[in-house]
Amino acid sequence: MTTATADRGIAVPSALRKQGWTVPILVGLALLSAIFASLCVGAYPMSFWHSAKLVLHLVWPFSTYNPDLKELTVVKIIRPPRVLLATLAGMGLGMSGTALQGMFRNPLVSPDIVGVTSGAAFGAALAISLDWSPAVIMALGCCTGMMAMACTFSLAKMARGSNDGVVVILSGVFIGAFFLALLGLVEFWGNPFRISHWIIGSFVNADWTKVWTIAIPTLIGGCVLMTLRWRLNLLSLGDLDAQSLGINVGLLRWTIIAVVSVIVASQVAVSGVIALVGLVVPHCARMLVGPDHRRLLPTAALIGALFVLALDDLNRSSVYAALPVGALSAMVGTPVVCLLLWKSRGRGWTRNS
Amino acid sequence: MGDPAIRFHDLGHAYKPGHWIFQNYSAAVERSSIFALLGPNGAGKTTLLKILLGALKATAGTIEVSGRTAFVPQLFQVTFDYSVLDMVLMGRARNVGVFSQPSARDEEAAMASLDRFGMAHYARDPFHELSGGERQLVIFARALVSEAEILILDEPTSALDLKNQLVVLDWITRLSHEDGLTVLFTTHHPHHALAVADTALLMLGGSRFDQGPARDVLSEENLHALYGVNIKHLSFEHQGEQHETLVPVLPYGTRARNEAANERSRAE
Amino acid sequence: MTEATLSGKAPLSENAISQSFARSSFSQRSFSQRHGWAVPTLLSLGMLLAMLGSLCIGVYPMTFGQAARIVMHLVWPSALPANPPWTVKEITVIQIVRLPRVLLATLSGLGLGMSGAALQGMMRNPLVGPDVVGVSSGAAVGGILAMLWDFSPAGIIALAFCGGMIAMALTFGLAKLAHAGTDSMIMILAGIFVGALFVAMISLIVSKADDAHLPRMVYWMLGTFVGADPKHVAMIGIPTLAGGAILMSMRWRFNLLSLGDLDAQTLGLNVSLLRWLIIALVSLIVASQVAVSGLVGWVGLVVPHCARMLVGPDHRRLLPTAALLGAFFVLGLDDFTRAVIGAEIPVGVLTALFGTPMVCFLLWKSHGKGWGRG
Repeated sequence: MTTATADRGIAVPSALRKQGWTVPILVGLALLSAIFASLCVGAYPMSFWHSAKLVLHLVWPFSTYNPDLKELTVVKIIRPPRVLLATLAGMGLGMSGTALQGMFRNPLVSPDIVGVTSGAAFGAALAISLDWSPAVIMALGCCTGMMAMACTFSLAKMARGSNDGVVVILSGVFIGAFFLALLGLVEFWGNPFRISHWIIGSFVNADWTKVWTIAIPTLIGGCVLMTLRWRLNLLSLGDLDAQSLGINVGLLRWTIIAVVSVIVASQVAVSGVIALVGLVVPHCARMLVGPDHRRLLPTAALIGALFVLALDDLNRSSVYAALPVGALSAMVGTPVVCLLLWKSRGRGWTRNS
Repeated sequence: MGDPAIRFHDLGHAYKPGHWIFQNYSAAVERSSIFALLGPNGAGKTTLLKILLGALKATAGTIEVSGRTAFVPQLFQVTFDYSVLDMVLMGRARNVGVFSQPSARDEEAAMASLDRFGMAHYARDPFHELSGGERQLVIFARALVSEAEILILDEPTSALDLKNQLVVLDWITRLSHEDGLTVLFTTHHPHHALAVADTALLMLGGSRFDQGPARDVLSEENLHALYGVNIKHLSFEHQGEQHETLVPVLPYGTRARNEAANERSRAE
Repeated sequence: MTEATLSGKAPLSENAISQSFARSSFSQRSFSQRHGWAVPTLLSLGMLLAMLGSLCIGVYPMTFGQAARIVMHLVWPSALPANPPWTVKEITVIQIVRLPRVLLATLSGLGLGMSGAALQGMMRNPLVGPDVVGVSSGAAVGGILAMLWDFSPAGIIALAFCGGMIAMALTFGLAKLAHAGTDSMIMILAGIFVGALFVAMISLIVSKADDAHLPRMVYWMLGTFVGADPKHVAMIGIPTLAGGAILMSMRWRFNLLSLGDLDAQTLGLNVSLLRWLIIALVSLIVASQVAVSGLVGWVGLVVPHCARMLVGPDHRRLLPTAALLGAFFVLGLDDFTRAVIGAEIPVGVLTALFGTPMVCFLLWKSHGKGWGRG
C-alpha cells in the first residue's frame, strides 16, 4: 500500500465519522430528556414541575427533599414501568424495521408488513388465552413470529421474487392475513374481548414483569443487531454482491430473521400490535443520518423509542382520550407512509437521505 | 387535396414550465398519406403521439383530428391471456353499447379483418403466445375493425426481427394505398421512413422542425443534423427497379480500418 | 419464404405472410375455448343443488327431497297439494333459520367473486381484490360506526358504502399522486397503506365501544352468517343483485379496460367515467356484504383466479363464473362450519384460512411474474 492511499484511507472517514455521530448523540440526549419528562406527566393530578422535583429526588442521592409518599409512589412505582415499556417497545420496533429494510433491500417492509407481527400476535394470543406464564407467551410468540417470517421469505423465494420488493411485500401481506385468521380462531375460542383489547396495542397495566419480559430479549437482540450493523450495509447490496464479498448470506439472513422475531415477539407479547412504527421510523432516521447502517441502526432505535414514548405520553396526559397506542401509531404512521410514497413518486425509496 | 386528416396549430408541450420539448409546430397531414416522425430520444416523438391520442393535453396550441384514430403500441402486452379473436373484437368498442355485449356480427367483422391479414386460423389462440410480428398484425386487424381512418404507430418495427420488420412496413403501405388509411408512425430507422413514408418530419428539438416529402427531407445533411452521425444515401438497381436506402456510417470506423490499424501496430 | 419473394417488387401476398407465420406446432385450443359457456351453465345448476343441499345441513334432520319440496312450496305456493307432507317444524326450520342463512352466504360469495373479478379486470392486475385496495376495511369502518350509533339497516349500508368509496378513492388518489398508473404495483401498496389506516380506525372505534356494542362488533368483524334473517337477505340481496346486474351488463368493457388506459381510450372508451362507475358499484356490493356479514376476506382475490382457470380470461364468461364460484366457495365454507365442525366458526376466519394459502400457491406458481395465465 502506498502512502498516498493510506493517507486518504485515514483522513476522510474520520472526518465523516465525527460529523455523522452528532445526530445520534443528540437524539440519544433527546430520548433521555424525553424519558425524564415522561415520568413527570400522567393522569395523577400533579404539576409537571412538582413531578420533576420528585424524579430529581429519586435520581439525586443527596436530596433533602421530603416528598409525599403517595406522590412518590406514583413517580417511583407506577410511571417508570410504563415509560420503560414504551421506550423499549419503540427501540425494538425501530431497530427491527431498519434491519428488515436493510436485509430485504426494500424500504417498504417492516415487521407488520412481512408478517412477523401477526405471527407473534397469534402465538402470544394462544398462550394468553391458555393462561400461560409471560415467559411462555414470549416463547410461543417468538416461535410463531419466526415461522411467519420464514414462510414469507420462503414464499417470496419460491416465487423467485426475493429480489423483487413487491413480491416480498405481497407474500408478507398474505402470510400475515393467514396468521391473523388463526388469531381470529383463537379469539373466537378463547375470550375474545380480553384478546381484542390486548391486540390493539397499549401500555396500560404495565408492570415490572412486563418490563423484564420485553427488556431482556430487546436488549440482547439489539446488541446482536448492533454488532451486525455494518454487515447490513453489505447485505443491502444484494445476495450476489454480498456473497462475492465473502459473506455467508444465508446464515446472516437467518440470524437477523431470528433476532428480529425475538424482538418483535417480546414487544407484541407485552403490548400488542403496534403497527407502522417499524416502517416509518427507519425513514425518518435515514433522512437524519443517511443510509449507512452503522449510524442508521442506533438512530432508528432511538427515534423509535422517542416516537412510541411520545405517543404514549400524549395518551397518558389527556385523561379523556385514552387511545390505544397501537391505533394511534397507525393513525399517525399511515399518513406518513402515504406521504413518503407520494414524495418518492413510487420509485426507488432507497435514496431518502 | 381536400381537408387534411390531422392539423397541428402552433403546438407545443412542456412537462415543466419553460422547458419546451417542442414548440410552435404547425402542419397538416393529408388523408391517405403515410407520415413518418423521426428524432433522437427525448425530441418529443412520443409526446406528440400522446397529444395526438388525447392522452396528454398540449401546453400550447391546438390539434384537429378528423376521423377515428387507432393506436398500435410498440410492444403489445396484456395482463390477461385473451384469445386473438377477443383482442380483435375489442376494436368494436365504439359500436357496442356500454351495457351490452358484442353481437355475432361484430365477431364476423373481427374474423374477416383477421382473415385479411392471413391470421384467421389463429383466432382461438392465446394472444401472448404470438410472436411480436404476429401481435402487430393482430393490432392492425383490430384497428381495421374499429373503422379507424387514422392509424398511429409507435416505433412499429423496433421490437421485430428483420423479416417481420418488412412485413409490417409492407402492411403500412397497403393499409394506406388499399384502404385509404392515414398512417402516422415514429421510427428510429430513416431507411424505413424513406421506404414507405410520403411525408417525413424531423424533430430537431425546440421549435426546429424539418418537414416535407420524405425523399427531400431525408437528405444526408438533414439526417446528420438530426442524429449527429453520418448517414449515406444509396441508390441501387435490383431486378430492373431503382431502390433507395439510407445507411449509417459507423463513427468509430469499419472493421477493415481497425484491422489495418492492428496490422500496423503489430508491424511496429 | 425465399429471398426472391422478399425482395420482389410486389407487396408480400397474404399467403406469403401467413406462411411466414406458420408455426410448427399445431394450433391448440384450450379447455376454456372448447367448452365456452358449458362451465358457467353447469356451475349455476350445481349452485342450485348446493343451495338445496345446504338446507339439509344442521342439527334438525332433513332429507334432500323434503327440502326441495318445501322450497318449491315457498317459491310457488299453489304448485303442491293443500295438505303438505311436512311438519310445521320442518317448514319453520327451512323458512326462518336455514334459507336466510344459505341465501346470505350465497349472495355474499356472489358479490365478492364478482367484485374481485371486476377489480382485477379494471386495474389489470391479478393481485387485487376488495381487501387489497382497501374497500373492505373502509366499508368495515362505516359499518362499525353505524353500529356504534345504532343506525337502521339502510343506514349501515349507506355508511359502509361511503366508507368503502372513500377508501377506494384514497387508494386511487394516492397511487395517482405517486405518479403511478392504475395498473401498477404502487396501487397495491397504496391499497395496503390505506387499508392499514382504516384498520387502525376500526381499532380506535372498538377501543371506545361500550360493553353493549363490543361483543357484537368483535363477532361481526370476524365475519359471520349467524343470526341471518330475511331482513339481512334483503339488505344484501338488493344492492348485490342490482349492482351485479349492471356489472354483468358491461362485462365486455372489462376486456377493454384491462388493456390499459391509453389503449382503452383510443378504442373509444370514456375510461375515467367507466372506472368511477365500477368503483361505485364494487363499493356498493362490498359494502352491502360487509354490512350484513362482516369481513369475509380473500374470496375476491382467490375466486377470479379459479374462474380464470376454468373459463379463460374473457370477462364475458369470467364475470358470471367468478360470481358463481364465489358463491360456491362461501356457501361451502359456511356449510363446513355448520356440518363438520359444529361450532359456529366465523366464516371470515375460514375464508382467510383457506384463501391465503391458495393465494400463496398462486403467487408461487406465477413466480411473481404477470399472473397472466391465471
